[in-house]
Amino acid sequence: MKILVPVSKVPDTTSKVAFTDGNTKFATDNVTYILNPTDEWYSLVRALEIVEKEGGSVTVIHQGEADSEQFIRKALAIGATDAVRIDAPATDGYNVALNIAEYAKDKGFDLVITGKETIDYNGSQMGGMIAEMLNVPYVSLASSLEVAGGKATVSRDIEGGKEIVEVSMPCVISAQKGMAEQRIPNMKGIMSARTKPLTVVPALTETLTSIKVYDLPPAKTAVKLIDPENMDELINLLHVEAKVI
Amino acid sequence: MSVIAYIESNNNRVKKTSLEAAYYAAQTAKLLGTEAIAIALGTHDAAELAALGQLGISKVLHDANPRFDSFDSGAVCKAIASLAANSSVVVLSYNQNGKAIAPRVSVRMKAGLVPGATALPETNGDFVVSKNVFSGKAIAHYQIKTDKKVIAITPNSLQIVRGEGSAAIESVSSGVTDADFTTVVKSVEKASGKVALTEAELVVSAGRGLKGPENWGMIEELANLMGAATACSRPVADVHWRPHEEHVGQTGFTIRPNLYIAVGISGAIQHLAGVNGSKTIVVVNTDPEAPFFKAADYGVVGDAFTVVPKLIESYKKFKASSH
Repeated sequence: MKILVPVSKVPDTTSKVAFTDGNTKFATDNVTYILNPTDEWYSLVRALEIVEKEGGSVTVIHQGEADSEQFIRKALAIGATDAVRIDAPATDGYNVALNIAEYAKDKGFDLVITGKETIDYNGSQMGGMIAEMLNVPYVSLASSLEVAGGKATVSRDIEGGKEIVEVSMPCVISAQKGMAEQRIPNMKGIMSARTKPLTVVPALTETLTSIKVYDLPPAKTAVKLIDPENMDELINLLHVEAKVI
Repeated sequence: MSVIAYIESNNNRVKKTSLEAAYYAAQTAKLLGTEAIAIALGTHDAAELAALGQLGISKVLHDANPRFDSFDSGAVCKAIASLAANSSVVVLSYNQNGKAIAPRVSVRMKAGLVPGATALPETNGDFVVSKNVFSGKAIAHYQIKTDKKVIAITPNSLQIVRGEGSAAIESVSSGVTDADFTTVVKSVEKASGKVALTEAELVVSAGRGLKGPENWGMIEELANLMGAATACSRPVADVHWRPHEEHVGQTGFTIRPNLYIAVGISGAIQHLAGVNGSKTIVVVNTDPEAPFFKAADYGVVGDAFTVVPKLIESYKKFKASSH
């Protein structure tokens, strides 16, 4: 079983979100970066579990410059077999998917497992794009994944429930909560990560979109406090002022 | 070069999220001086499709192949790309299925995608669509550089307005064959009678402040009364007080209902990331310093075990007087 897991680096949730250059660039000063949680917790760990049972390898792939390597090493410390870095900053989703598909197309991966979305741009587009580029089935928003006999059985979210679907491998899956539990790298993992193979490959540059400008949502007005004895007032405000009931 | 809206139905009713896509497509067509056409695949109710005319759709292309009733992202993508070959913009909801379809359609049509639009496009000069980023802490204005465009809209981000009109329905074949269906649906589990969380306009949510799973009765009672969905915070899902399908937040579901009532949830930044798109937020917490109050529109500093029963009584009174 050969599994490819794309991983992204993202600003930590507690980072201040601000912009520079006339609000055209994200301000990276004093921002702490982390591995994207749904990549690290769900797709990577489930890939490792499958390979621990079935045998095989887990390759992590990341698009970013040399300063991304500490995040790639973390994925290796958690247990990935080897890693690939696409040597370019991540621009639009299409470009990253294009580079991942370009790498994956002739490597014989059985599965590509992405995280549900990155917590910075919240695009949720990587899996579907890679699947279309590789012309393979795609199951999105999966909360469980089992493999047997060349087939993947997946539980995916639908409105108000879930459905169990089966697809042939190779295929692409996007993973979300329920798929696996976070793993903390141990000392042995951290030591071995230093010597695991990390290949650097060049990037294609084509993009379909770009961000022209950012802005911040309007400031929230101060909370209106309601007397806990007077829920009639709250209901009245929700009806008359907020107009939501 | 028309604008396309991709339409889904559930139990023969067009989904609310698809009504939003139809309205968005019609408004975009107006901006571009062209017509809005809907694509419907599989089983749909004809009267429901015709009623899309009230939202500004002139024509519905309907491929009634029942194989589409089992969802397959590849087959749907192929059908949309084929039926939209002469269109400039494809609009669909970024709901559960939309998240599987839109990125595929973008690649197949070589059309730039905005994954999760929250407003109508700007079409004077560059084609620009805004979308929330950094879990709602900022808005990015995406320029789509390709001639063809795919806009996947975030559910509940625009208010539809109905007018007069009826859409003509044209039976078509999308050219999709059995070989294009690669996904076998083995079973479907749907909680019956419950409001789907990600589609809900009203949500009642609770967290650790409720002290134990046995105390959720009043939350469910309030939600049932209001026709709301129930949700919970991550710690509560992690200790299995509530199913993980209810977990909203950064690593759970992102929702943007009209009303989000949070009971006994402190409002950690990871939780806010999943709910801060809600139009109105009500927070009930014993701790006046709980960070959630900073994100709330209305706050009640008090004990959930006395406040929620009072809220239920007040809501019953309101309901009785308004009917």
